[in-house]
Amino acid sequence: MNDNKVTNILMAGVGGQGTLLASEILSEVLMKTGHDVKKAEVHGMAQRGGSVVSHVRFGPKVFSALIPEGEADVLFGFELLETYRYLPLVKATGTIVVNNLQIAPPSVALGKAEYPADIAAKMRCHVKSVRLVEGLKMAEQAGNARTVNTVLLGALSNAMEPSYEQWISAIKHLVPEKFLSVNLKAFDLGRQSC
Amino acid sequence: MKKTILSGNEAFARAAFEAGVQVASAYPGTPSTEILENIVQYERIDASWAPNEKVSLEVGIGASIGGARALVTMKHVGVNVAADPLFTLSYTGVRGGLVLIVADDPEMHSSQDEQDSRHYARFAKVPMFEPADSQEALEFTRLAFEVSEQFDTPVMVRSTTRISHSKSVVTLGEPLAELPATGLVRNPSKFVMLPGNARVRHPLVEKRITEMADWSCGQTFNRIEDGAGEVGIITSGVAYQYAKEVFPDAGFLKLGLVHPLPTQLIRDFAARYKTIYVIEELDPFIEDQVKAMGIPVIGKAKVPICGELSPGRLRQAFDIDPPQLIAVAEPLPPRPPNMCPGCPHRGVFHALNRLKAYVTGDIGCYTLGYMPPLSAMDTCICMGASIGNATGLSKVLDAEERKKVVAVIGDSTFLHTGINGLMDMVWNKSTATVLILDNSTTGMTGRQDNPSTGYTLNGEPAYLVDLEAICRALGVKHVVTIDPFQMDNTRAVIKEAMERPEVSVIITRRPCVLIKHDVVKTHPPLCVDVEKCVACKACLTIGCPAIEWTTGEDGAKGTCKIDRLLCNGCRVCMQLCKFDAIGACDE
Repeated sequence: MNDNKVTNILMAGVGGQGTLLASEILSEVLMKTGHDVKKAEVHGMAQRGGSVVSHVRFGPKVFSALIPEGEADVLFGFELLETYRYLPLVKATGTIVVNNLQIAPPSVALGKAEYPADIAAKMRCHVKSVRLVEGLKMAEQAGNARTVNTVLLGALSNAMEPSYEQWISAIKHLVPEKFLSVNLKAFDLGRQSC
Repeated sequence: MKKTILSGNEAFARAAFEAGVQVASAYPGTPSTEILENIVQYERIDASWAPNEKVSLEVGIGASIGGARALVTMKHVGVNVAADPLFTLSYTGVRGGLVLIVADDPEMHSSQDEQDSRHYARFAKVPMFEPADSQEALEFTRLAFEVSEQFDTPVMVRSTTRISHSKSVVTLGEPLAELPATGLVRNPSKFVMLPGNARVRHPLVEKRITEMADWSCGQTFNRIEDGAGEVGIITSGVAYQYAKEVFPDAGFLKLGLVHPLPTQLIRDFAARYKTIYVIEELDPFIEDQVKAMGIPVIGKAKVPICGELSPGRLRQAFDIDPPQLIAVAEPLPPRPPNMCPGCPHRGVFHALNRLKAYVTGDIGCYTLGYMPPLSAMDTCICMGASIGNATGLSKVLDAEERKKVVAVIGDSTFLHTGINGLMDMVWNKSTATVLILDNSTTGMTGRQDNPSTGYTLNGEPAYLVDLEAICRALGVKHVVTIDPFQMDNTRAVIKEAMERPEVSVIITRRPCVLIKHDVVKTHPPLCVDVEKCVACKACLTIGCPAIEWTTGEDGAKGTCKIDRLLCNGCRVCMQLCKFDAIGACDE
């Protein structure tokens, strides 16, 4: 990625999916590789199964923590609909890395609305690089369905500057001891998936 | 010094440690909550949750009078509760430095209004700093303690959601090696605000603010950044970051102290530029004062007054072309927040819906009882309001309608400011029904302890307030405690209380599924037996995120499906199924 400008990563998902931990690890690793980093998100009410986003920006000097519309280089999605919702923030030349997972929002669960069809294909009409990751399958393979966030981080890590060792060191810094080995396994599976 | 990445709230906590704070007190409130949660790691600080913001500030004042540095934190609406001691504290001044951090919530991500706390600084005549990132959160708060002692004043620090909950790189400072000496020092003419003493203090307050306005002109926290063009921008806090993004070549006067304003510095800056913009979030606080100085500026004529700012909104405000945006062509189903699977509140609101109760609500996770399909909340004003609202409403209704009124309040909110309402309700002979939803935690802000959880902020066991005994002591004769997972009983007990021509309190007791202490034992997930399911959708009426409707293929009947990863076996849906179609999963 270009070193002379700010790079923008927008993370989108559903409250409870672990986007917060993933954004923490991402920011930590970027700081350790010498960048100025800012990250913005909202805690509190939005967490209760609602739509959640984290903005992560890095470069030589970052002012706003919020990514301006149309300027996200990477849209990093944990769920299809939530990723699709934030499409207007992405550059047409950007990249989408998305978990191949549908979680029904309340109106869909109640049978009052349809979950939008063919989201991946629709996103491909606008953004060239859309990569689907089988997060849940790999997390189960790693031994814990709740490690989807680390699998996805592994998948994202391939396209980024920090070394494998730097990622592992950030994970070790932020994941509690008790869940560390399963998360390291999940990260590796994600990283090897593409 | 060590570089690290901290949220604004983590940086505020670090500042308290570095500044030698000995006492910290707060009531949780988004987005301020994590300040106290992070202070717990510093052992030399006595940190505690107070039952409400007024008490927390009073605790801070006491510590300051004893000679210690004290930190008090709250969300914007918390200052409304703490305003009484705040205004008098401005007159008394301090002994040990006292700092009040207030976190505003522009955009109302997790709040009922977006009041601008800067007005409180001006109203109470206390100085206010406003940091623009985590580094300034650390530096300004540390400085605020020095300023508090230097000018004998409480000092406010204003944060916003985007400061408190954003992370940025911070260089840590060296903590004070020695803490201030504490002990009793009598100074009643300073601390007893009888009219005679207060009349002496008021002129000192006015003098202090005037002196600070001059002093702050030469301080580094108010900084001029020279620009190339004809536009100069006066700004502060997070708005500075957005303005730098959108106007990289403009000149900037970045204010670190937003009250009092550095008038001479503003005049000097304004003289250098042809056009002056004031870019600030929420109210025209700086703008109005600069205009009153006779300087023409452009502010809210362009910059929105409602909601938070962002680089995108600023571009739009100043007609700067954004990049070509990708449009999503179809309307997308929204994803609002919802009560968690296994939430003990869900069954209560189902019963209130069925009983057609008129529900005066309150602040907490249970405010989500408003959302469909539960749709069982009719009012929600502020912390503790549900009970007083029910009393007032009952006064103007006929006997039949009066029965419908039910106040719903959480355990933490009841202890915050609900008790007084209940006292009034009994004393003045109301007949409404009050539900105290006791989930043994302060849920919405992230599961903090309160006087009825049996633990303190640092996790030590503590006296557990007896809610039933409080209600009885206030004069409520009919106090019943029930398990909200027992659906039929919950409905029957509420129905009976609504009929009763006197105040009834029903305590629905069942811990939050996410509780931190005494982890809740959950049960294996449930499954739908597709053979037995008649597609009546009764189980959907509780709005559980784990239950999803699936339409049948080619005209076949649809069915409900339970997500095994989300379900924790609370069995509330099972009790709604008349066809015995929900039960244990066949392995």
